[in-house]
Amino acid sequence: MSLRRFIAKRVLLIFPILFGVSVITFALVHITPGDPVDVVVALNPDISPAEEARLRARYGLNDPIWEQYLDWLVGVLQGDFGKVIATDRAVSTVIVERLPETIALGLFGWVFAVIIAVPAGIYAAVRKDELGDHVSRFLALSGISIPNFWLGLMLILVGALTLNLWPVLAPRTALYSPEMLWYLLLPGITIGTASASTLMRIMRSSMAEEMNKEYVTAARAKGLPERTVVLKHVLRNSLISVTTVAAFLTASIVSGSVVVEQVFGWPGLGRALISAVSNREIDLILGITLFIGVAIILANLVADILYAVLDPRIRYD
Amino acid sequence: MSTERGRIRVTGFDTDRVTERDDLSDWSEATTGGTESRWRRALRRFRHNRVAMLGVYVVAAMALLSFFARPVTIAGITVQPFSIAPYDPSTILYLEPGSTVGRYDPPTLAHPMGTDASGRDLFSRVLVGGRLSISIGFVVVGITATFGLAYGAVAGYYGGWVDEILMRFVDVIFAFPGLVLALVIVALLGGGYWPLVIAFSVPGWAGYARLIRGEILSVKENEYVLAAQALGARDRSVIFRHIVPNAMAPLIVQASLSIGTVVIGVAALGFLGLGFEPGTPEWGTMLDQTRETLIQGPGGSIPWWATVFPGGAIFLFVMAMNMIGDGVNDALDAQEVGNVGQGGGG
Repeated sequence: MSLRRFIAKRVLLIFPILFGVSVITFALVHITPGDPVDVVVALNPDISPAEEARLRARYGLNDPIWEQYLDWLVGVLQGDFGKVIATDRAVSTVIVERLPETIALGLFGWVFAVIIAVPAGIYAAVRKDELGDHVSRFLALSGISIPNFWLGLMLILVGALTLNLWPVLAPRTALYSPEMLWYLLLPGITIGTASASTLMRIMRSSMAEEMNKEYVTAARAKGLPERTVVLKHVLRNSLISVTTVAAFLTASIVSGSVVVEQVFGWPGLGRALISAVSNREIDLILGITLFIGVAIILANLVADILYAVLDPRIRYD
Repeated sequence: MSTERGRIRVTGFDTDRVTERDDLSDWSEATTGGTESRWRRALRRFRHNRVAMLGVYVVAAMALLSFFARPVTIAGITVQPFSIAPYDPSTILYLEPGSTVGRYDPPTLAHPMGTDASGRDLFSRVLVGGRLSISIGFVVVGITATFGLAYGAVAGYYGGWVDEILMRFVDVIFAFPGLVLALVIVALLGGGYWPLVIAFSVPGWAGYARLIRGEILSVKENEYVLAAQALGARDRSVIFRHIVPNAMAPLIVQASLSIGTVVIGVAALGFLGLGFEPGTPEWGTMLDQTRETLIQGPGGSIPWWATVFPGGAIFLFVMAMNMIGDGVNDALDAQEVGNVGQGGGG
């Protein structure tokens, strides 16, 4: 299969998945008892049954379920995710407004993960079964075991309250000001730790596997310095698997942001989702969930294509 | 000395010396009577892994402590009468007559972990707090591994369009981060024990299904499968008696690594105030209110104990669980399975 055909096939594959994601998000809301009109009736007890029926008809709630789904889907495709009842703002406006905050946080966590994990993984693989390897593996195991919300609380407790290195709350300045970037370190580390640890473990094992291959022995036999062997030959080959995992980590960073934004009071998408859940804003929950689903499908698409570009073997399966 | 053997007389060789000499090694026929089964060998390797065994002891100790922390009654009958925890986790000691306990008392001998915002004994709460998270972790992994196994086995064995449809559905589940899907389900169903089990089971099975399908695809090429089919075995018995046992190793590794992920997920929903009623003695829920206290800061003194101990308990349990998972992985010599933000948490 040529690279172009592989990419074309992989891109076509996302359409049934996108369809499935939209069906599931829609179904989630409609298998649960009660509809928006019930909420309205509960808030205004003096609505007559006739009026209730008229409301149902107006919102199309008497239509067959597939017709309701199609109506909703047509809206979504036109960028209409519905409205936030409490503030009467469009869901899409809220998402567009919150998105940069989450992207800033996620990017920080992602960069932190890669900066820590790649050198640590190389170090551990080169010093395999020595003290340094054991220490870094222990740290990586702790990193995947620590709950991110507790790590965030502990960073606030130690870094902000005890050592006074950081402000307790986010400074009220522009997103890309120096104070803000300094503050972003705390949530960035919190969100990136689990990813850094996962990435480091994969980096170490893929490096260790490459080190045993024959081309490494050949390179050493030619008299290349160990530094060149590791950094030029082994690293390049083991980075292939790491690159794709790094793309897959997007999912873990997205779900991390939901919790971490709550810890640090960060006004991103995750926090919007939590408040939508507490206020039962169904349209907002649906909109954000669908948005996250689509983002992850696209991230996985990028990961697969990247893998195929970097490793020609994968195309000939 | 000499030995008579038929008509030949052998000299210079004493057979007694051969039969009576010390063994060169402790090899004897009896100990290598049969080949050690794969599972027995894995168990022996696991037992020799000190880190993994430490994990087993910690998990067992924490599970037993939380079970025996307060009496357990099922339908009015006390099935577990012991009570290790010194106080009832829900009693607000602050309000008890003649009590000297206040809100956020620092750790003392009477209250080794201090008291929380409502003047409840934190030590008792941390002990009991494991019940919900730990048991949900095991129940969810049991449900999801079983379902994922059956699902992946069917997809992998039948292949073709069955496989295509079943696996596209798995792809759809994978498009949601486990925690987000769980959050939305809890938002719609409300909190509580069984809603949380459902919330983490819905996203959790897909990982097992994908894993088992891949294993089945390679195992089913073996000749013994063809032999079983040729002998007229039914599909069900081919799948579950011949293929699945040989594809189990990565499933067990994944399951042991997932328990920790689910426990963190349950605690995370508790922390977000969605998992259980506020005030429930559960590790995550206990951290819910401490965030406000930390950030607003009651001036001067910081009640660090209310944050450190419940979160530390989750960390310790999940760390021990992951040590077991790594040990199982090494013992079964399974491939590295990525535990990347899926399987009901992250």
